[in-house]
Order: sequence, then structure tokens, then C-alpha cells
Amino acid sequence: MKFLELEGIQKVYGPNTVVQDFNLSVDKGEFVTFLGPSGCGKTTTLRMIAGFEIPSAGAIRINGKDVTNLKPNQRQIGMVFQAYALFPNMTVADNVAFGLKVAGQSSEAIRKRVGEMLDVIKLPQFGDRYPYQLSGGQQQRVALARALAIKPQVLLLDEPLSALDAKIRLSLREEIRSLQRSLGITTIFVTHDQEEALSMSDRIVVMNEGRVEQIGAPFEVYNFPRTRFVASFVGTLNILRGKVVDGASGRITIDDQQVIAGRSMGNLQNGEVRSVALRPESVTLNGAGEKRNAMQGIIEEVSFLGAVVRMRVRFRDNAISLDTFNNPGAPPPERGAPVTVSFQPEDLLVLEGETH
Amino acid sequence: MVDQSEAQAIAIPAQPAPARASTFSWAWIGVTPFLAFAVLFLIAPTLFLIVGAFQDAQGHFTLANLADLAQPSIVRAYRISLEISITSAILGAIFGSLIAAAAVLNGLPGWLRPTLLTFSGVASQFAGVPLAFAFLATLGRTGLVTYLLNTYLGFNLYSTGFNLLSFWGLTITYLYFQIPLMILIMTPALDGLKREWREASAILGASTWQYWRYVALPVLWPSLLGATLLLFANAFGAVATAYALTGSSLNIVTILLFAQIRGDVLHNANLGYALAFGMILITGVSNGAYIWLRSRGERWLK
Ligand SMILES: Nc1ncnc2c1ncn2[C@@H]1O[C@H](COP(=O)(O)OP(=O)(O)OP(=O)(O)O)[C@@H](O)[C@H]1O
Ligand SMILES: [Mg+2]
Repeated sequence: MKFLELEGIQKVYGPNTVVQDFNLSVDKGEFVTFLGPSGCGKTTTLRMIAGFEIPSAGAIRINGKDVTNLKPNQRQIGMVFQAYALFPNMTVADNVAFGLKVAGQSSEAIRKRVGEMLDVIKLPQFGDRYPYQLSGGQQQRVALARALAIKPQVLLLDEPLSALDAKIRLSLREEIRSLQRSLGITTIFVTHDQEEALSMSDRIVVMNEGRVEQIGAPFEVYNFPRTRFVASFVGTLNILRGKVVDGASGRITIDDQQVIAGRSMGNLQNGEVRSVALRPESVTLNGAGEKRNAMQGIIEEVSFLGAVVRMRVRFRDNAISLDTFNNPGAPPPERGAPVTVSFQPEDLLVLEGETH
Repeated sequence: MVDQSEAQAIAIPAQPAPARASTFSWAWIGVTPFLAFAVLFLIAPTLFLIVGAFQDAQGHFTLANLADLAQPSIVRAYRISLEISITSAILGAIFGSLIAAAAVLNGLPGWLRPTLLTFSGVASQFAGVPLAFAFLATLGRTGLVTYLLNTYLGFNLYSTGFNLLSFWGLTITYLYFQIPLMILIMTPALDGLKREWREASAILGASTWQYWRYVALPVLWPSLLGATLLLFANAFGAVATAYALTGSSLNIVTILLFAQIRGDVLHNANLGYALAFGMILITGVSNGAYIWLRSRGERWLK
């Protein structure tokens, strides 16, 4: 038995089905991320776990107990919202104490627990401040402390970092993750930021248009996408048009240059035109022969990003981006220079469906 | 621990303030009419009233006018005025808030809210002679509602002791504009309650009652208090409605004052000033109480 189970969850608003056939089992202590574009149903699914929405079909179980129709205040769940959810009329300490107070705990126990939680979020001196006196990052940490104070069974976070600036986002990301690990709390994290999802999660649920596209560890989802949507949504991707020469051996041509595609979604018919995907980091510039696919092209653009130099190489109709590490001893090629790029057959993935 | 970005933000040297080209701002021209208006029609008359309250007819200093306020008829007028104002303010605040809450918070059809607000906008300004007439025509001794109740339900409203020309009659009439005024003020305040607060309190285990008790009411408290006070002042200063409805059968302060100013029965301008001074005092005290309560209730605001 898994700790948190969603079974056949569906949510319908009037004529719109916004979540359908959602199945997920989460282990105790696991950190699972819902990743997908805006409007794909992440928040709706999270709100069904919290009890703010009742599923149109399906069941939700926490620790073996069916909670599908329980009110939010009977579920013992912690939740952190996107922003502005601290009670403005209460100090930081009173906010953190709120769940304990309504549960009727003694003021001594509350005081102790609030002190612990403020230490955990590293804001021990901030107990007497009001929310408006805190930065956005501090507010979210207090919100986290408030959610965790009641020792919830499950922690839900709905884009808790999206209203913060990039630097705080990065440090808070690590803070949340290490806190989650040390408490061993089962967590669902919602984001539309793939980098956030890849860096934080034990497993990622990639969603699109109310459906689960793929569930897997970051490594799996990134390297072995099961659908075209997952391939293009997670990470940067070059998409090229290739013509199948010999489906059995994976031989295809891209702008009349022959290469071998080592992986494919669905069968290849000889002569058909398909989309093929290639990650920028799998491509080597002027690679020394150890990669089995090689193509000739012209440097179209060079952008110096610091540690990484991103280049665009054009073949004829198709072009790809590739990344190389900055090397002070070897300046990047000029625009217009002819180059050879190489990559391994297994890095070239033929996507499902027709090209468009 | 302080966020690094904050520490850096503090370390950035402040920009030098741009040098003022001139100390004169043209914006003064814009507010001059307002200032002139305030001096001419608000500050000057108030000072005039206050000074007049301490003078006799010959212009000598005296406390006799204030002492005269202690006459039983005047004390009674103040008491009735206060009772009507407080009752209509509190009832207006309660009903107005409940109606606003129903319109804002619950899943009523979409057209209801704008309709309610439009009606409230009109009704809150509907006072004076037309309002008095409307109430006489419906709830008066020969009013339509009185008649219908009597004829079709056999219920004689006036046999219950009800009288439109009385304390409760006037209070009910005032509620006609007090409730809509409260609705107009509380609707935006209720809109300001964030959904996240209710949901956060629910997920933390709080009941609906606990949410209202610990979050919503404390947040609304300054608005509620301010609006109730406005309703009080609104009723306390009203004269036309009362006069048109009751003539002089119900003596409230403003009617008494009106009689003094118009030079009725016992014309004494300085007693009139003293009456007005008493009203200013009461309004001032209630405003002071408001400011004090509010400052206690909203330490958490910027
Ligand atoms: N109460 C509702 N009534 C009708 N439709 C709704 C309701 N709540 C959400 N939806 C619809 O359901 C879909 C999914 O919404 P949801 O908020 O779950 O998306 P999301 O994945 O969280 O997106 P975002 O990244 O923008 O937050 C959207 O198309 C939205 O318009
Ligand atoms: Mg969302």
C-alpha cells in the first residue's frame, strides 16, 4: 500500500473535463512534482487532494484511509500557496501557531512548537513581525512553517516560488528540499518550471491538458520521454524533419545527409517524414570521430553565455542549437564557418505522429 | 537570517535627491478652491459657532448657554437623537454587512450583485421629504401596507402600538438609507478578503466560525467600525427626514436646532450655537473613539 493514492481521478466543470484518468501512487516521504503548462490541471488536482474540490470521479486515499469526500479541515494536510496567504492581522508567531491553536493545544506546547518551527526556517527573531514587514521569500518560509507546524501527513505546495525573484527562488528551492528530506514528509509540489521540477523531485508527473503524460524520475523523464509532449516540454530540444530511408535499421536523412536514429516512438515506415529530436548537449562540434553520426553545416549564430557557449548550426532547411563549454584556449568559430557536428544514434529520437 | 539580496539592497548607496528647481508647486493652484471652500464654509462657521456658544446676546463671555442645555427638554432631545442614531447605525451596520456578505461571498446569480449595488447607491441618497412621504404612504396610519395588512390579513399594525411618528418609526425610516450605505461601504471591504486566507485556515483545521473569529472579522474590523461611525454621524446630523416625517412631534436635537435658527418659538441664537456645539462635541468624541479603537485594531497595517 502506498502512502498517498489517487485512483482514476476526474474533474469536470460544466462541459470541460479539466482532469481525467489521473492515477498516482506516492511513497511515504517521497517528493513528487506535477509539471505542465498553464491550465493543464495541476492546481485542480492539488486542490482535490487538499479537499477544496471534490473529484467528479475516482478516489483519494491517504495512509489507506479514503479521504475523497472529507472536508479540508479534517484531512491533516499542510499547504503552501503561491503568495499572499499569511494572515495579515497576525504576527509571524501567531500565523505559525494558528493550526495548533484551533486544534486546542496548550499555550505552552504551542510556544515550544512555534519556536522550533521558526528555528527550522531560520527566522528565530522574526516572531513578532507582521507579514507586511517580511520579504516575499521570508513570507513563503513562514507559510511553510505554518503548514508544517501541525505535523501534516502530506505537504502540498502550489508554485510557492513563482512570485519570488530568481536568486531567492534558487536558495529556497534547496531549503525546501532539504527540509522535506529531514522531516521525511510526503510532498506534492506544483510547478510549470521544468528546471525546478528536474532539480527537486524524486519523481515528476508530466501533465498536459488534464492528462498524465508520463510519471518518472527526472533522469527518466528527461532522457527517455515517452511522448512527444514530454520530449518537447522537458528541457531544451532541437526538432528536425527527417525522412525515413530504412525503418528497420533506423536510417534517416536530414536535409539529404544520412544519419542513424537509435530510438523511436512507434514504428518507422520507409519514405515517411517524421520529427526527430536532439538535445543540444548531446551534440559535439568537430567531434573526433567517436560519435557515429556526423553532419556538415554552417555556423549561423554564436552566443556566449559564460560557462557555456551556445551555437546555432544550419544544415539546409533544418538547424540545431548546440552547447559547448567555454574554453579560453580555443575561441568559438566565426559565423559562417563550415563545421561538422556529431552525435550518437541513441541521442537521436524519432517522435511519434506526423510532422507538421 | 536575513536574505542576501536584502542585505545587498540596503548596501546600495541612496540616489542623491534631485535638486528642487523651485519651492513653489503649481499643484497649490489646484487645491486652492478646496482650501478656500473649507475655510469659508467649514472652519469659519465652526469657530463662529463655538465662539457664539460662549457669548450672550451682547457678545459677552458666558457659560449660561451651556448651562441652559441642561433643561429637561433639551437633554431629552439629545437622548432621543443619540438613541435613534446609535440604534439605526448598529442595526444598519448589522443588516448591511450581512446583505453585503451574502452578495459577495456566496454563489448567488451574477446579476444580483450589480443590481444590489445600484439600488444601494440610489437608496443611500434617498432622504428628506421624499423619503418621509414614501414611508407615510406605505407605513403611515392610512398607508398602503397598513391598509393591505388590515384589509387582507386582518392585522391592524397600529393596534400593536406601532407609530411611524415615533422612535421606532424614525429608526426604521433611517434604516432605509443606513442599510444601503453600509452595503456600499462593506462590499469592497469584503472583496478584500483573500480566498487564500479562508483556504489556509481551513487546511490548518479551522472551522468556518474560527476563520471568521480569528481572521475575517479582525481584518474587517477597521472598516466595520469606520462604517458604523459614519452611519451614526449620518443619522445624528439628519434633520429633513425627521422634520418632514414627524413635524415637531418627536424632538430630536437637529429639529430643536432648526427651530432656534429659524427663529421659532423661543428664539435664542446663542442657545442654538450651544446646541450645535454639543453636537460637534459628540461627533468629535465619537471620531476620537474611532481613531483610538482603530489604531488598536490595525497594528498590522502598513
Ligand atoms: N472553478 C472552475 N470552474 C471552471 N473551470 C475551472 C475552474 N477551476 C479551474 N478551471 C479550469 O481548469 C483548467 C485547469 O486549471 P488549473 O488551475 O488546474 O491549471 P494549472 O495547471 O494549475 O495552471 P497554472 O499553471 O496556470 O496555475 C483551466 O482550463 C481552468 O480554466
Ligand atoms: Mg495553478
